[in-house]
Amino acid sequence: MLEISNLNVHFGVIHALKGVSLKVEEGEIVTLIGANGAGKTTTLRTISGLKKPTSGTILFNGNDITSTLPQDRVRMGISLAPEGRRIFSSLTVLENLELGAYLRRDKAEIKKDIDMVYERFPILKARRKQAAGTLSGGEQQMLAIGRALMSRPKLLCLDEPSMGLAPLLVQEIFDIIQDINQKGTTILLVEQNANMALQIANRAYVMETGTITLSGPGAELMRSEEIKKAYLGG
Amino acid sequence: MKKLADIKGIKKWVALLLTYAVVQLLVSLNIINDYIMATLTTICINIILAVSLNLITGFTGQFSLGHAGFMSIGAYTCAIIIMRYPSPVSFITGLFLGAIFAALLGFIVGLPTLRLRGDYLAIATLGMAEIIRIVFLNLDITNGAAGLFIEVQYTNWLWLFIFTTGTVILITNFINSSHGRACISIREDEIAAEAMGINTTKYKVIAFIIGAFCAGIAGALYASYFYFIKPDLFGFLKSIDILVIVVLGGLGSISGSILAAFLLALISSLLQSFPEIRMVIYAVLLIVIMLFRPQGIMGSKELSLSAFKSLGGIFERRNGGER
Ligand SMILES: Nc1ncnc2c1ncn2[C@@H]1O[C@H](COP(=O)(O)OP(=O)(O)OP(=O)(O)O)[C@@H](O)[C@H]1O
Ligand SMILES: [Mg+2]
Repeated sequence: MLEISNLNVHFGVIHALKGVSLKVEEGEIVTLIGANGAGKTTTLRTISGLKKPTSGTILFNGNDITSTLPQDRVRMGISLAPEGRRIFSSLTVLENLELGAYLRRDKAEIKKDIDMVYERFPILKARRKQAAGTLSGGEQQMLAIGRALMSRPKLLCLDEPSMGLAPLLVQEIFDIIQDINQKGTTILLVEQNANMALQIANRAYVMETGTITLSGPGAELMRSEEIKKAYLGG
Repeated sequence: MKKLADIKGIKKWVALLLTYAVVQLLVSLNIINDYIMATLTTICINIILAVSLNLITGFTGQFSLGHAGFMSIGAYTCAIIIMRYPSPVSFITGLFLGAIFAALLGFIVGLPTLRLRGDYLAIATLGMAEIIRIVFLNLDITNGAAGLFIEVQYTNWLWLFIFTTGTVILITNFINSSHGRACISIREDEIAAEAMGINTTKYKVIAFIIGAFCAGIAGALYASYFYFIKPDLFGFLKSIDILVIVVLGGLGSISGSILAAFLLALISSLLQSFPEIRMVIYAVLLIVIMLFRPQGIMGSKELSLSAFKSLGGIFERRNGGER
């Protein structure tokens, strides 16, 4: 579904991604883990078109989208729930969800999808008229995921959805991610919480200072000594 | 529901027409004298300026310090045209030409500077307005620093009313459309807006174009009411004056801008009798208002009759929310 080859990204003189290649197959949950500043967020931003690569290619369902505009990538089915949630604080929960469907014109279907999001996150329904900035951290994360679902993505990119959440809530978010995946959405998950991410991932990539250093099935990486030492605390 | 909305719409139009008619009547009975009319004109022009800057800064979140520059384009274009061909038709032609030139400039300046954010954008727009001022200072057709005397006056209550309500209606409708929603999302979080597939550059440029267009209209109305324009009238201080109205009324509130335009006009005419300390009191008042209401008079809310009705509800919800 998604195939990145030899991607290089620069911020001025900073070489943030140094020849990154990775693949996501239809129906998978693929996770990308790594230390702070490794380049995970940059990878997702480049996939969504928010950041232009200096070289390399991105294929989505066989089409070269390396220089496609972000809005066209959303139309093609790539959606991003960005790092730090980035909800529209002074707009209501409902308005946030509507903006997630900004490029769509099928009003009736949008309405259905909003109900679908409410069903998945009942708290959002209760808070639908409330300014999104007044939601708790966990609720905001649910809104960010819900909003990203509103474009009906084929590939959902999640950037640290468990950031700053209590353990119980982290578990809930991961359950939801699995459920979204089971309903047919492919997922590319960036996480600091390597333990949890590897548990639900079909495959995983480990990133260090701009390069992929390890990859393989989630369960296999969990047993790897290197990973245990570096990311799983033991 | 549809019927109810229609009735509400009709009521609004009736209220507007009544406002127009009553003021017109007072003008013809000379109860509204020249002095009051000049104040009213200033208020209307300030409403157009503030509401249009609010679209750029309050709703779209692009900090602009160059609004007076757009205004001056409208003022000079219209002035030059009506001085050559004094007639109501050329006034309207000049007004729209001025607005179109201003919008064009908004577009030209917009494209490269919109890559800038926050303070940098503010400085770039400030620089743009200064360049326009200096160009007007040095052109023959604008008569340089001495400025232009316009011996004809076409701006009257009818045109003021049409263009002020026109601007307010245009910008309100824009804000309430999906385009407006896109602009607001840029203010809220540009990266998220882009991730949702919103063409952020396009909407920032559109906000600048519409804002500049309306500022051009305001400039034209000014030139053909106050007889005299010179480049220094449209300097940095004028841009700040407009920004003060917007911030005072509330960034992102159209009714706030309107209220603030009235309030500031009221304050400055009350202070006419203390010419020496007028500016000091004005400044102190502004500081006091901002200390007590940093979000502006209206915040980002709009004034409406139903707002009064739901005021009780808000308090209830607030109490509930705090638990
Ligand atoms: N806008 C930017 N300007 C300059 N440098 C940047 C920018 N964004 C990221 N970088 C740099 O690129 C590198 C990768 O950053 P990135 O945000 O992708 O890391 P990350 O893996 O997501 O880290 P974290 O886990 O802390 O979120 C870092 O060295 C960072 O400083
Ligand atoms: Mg990151």
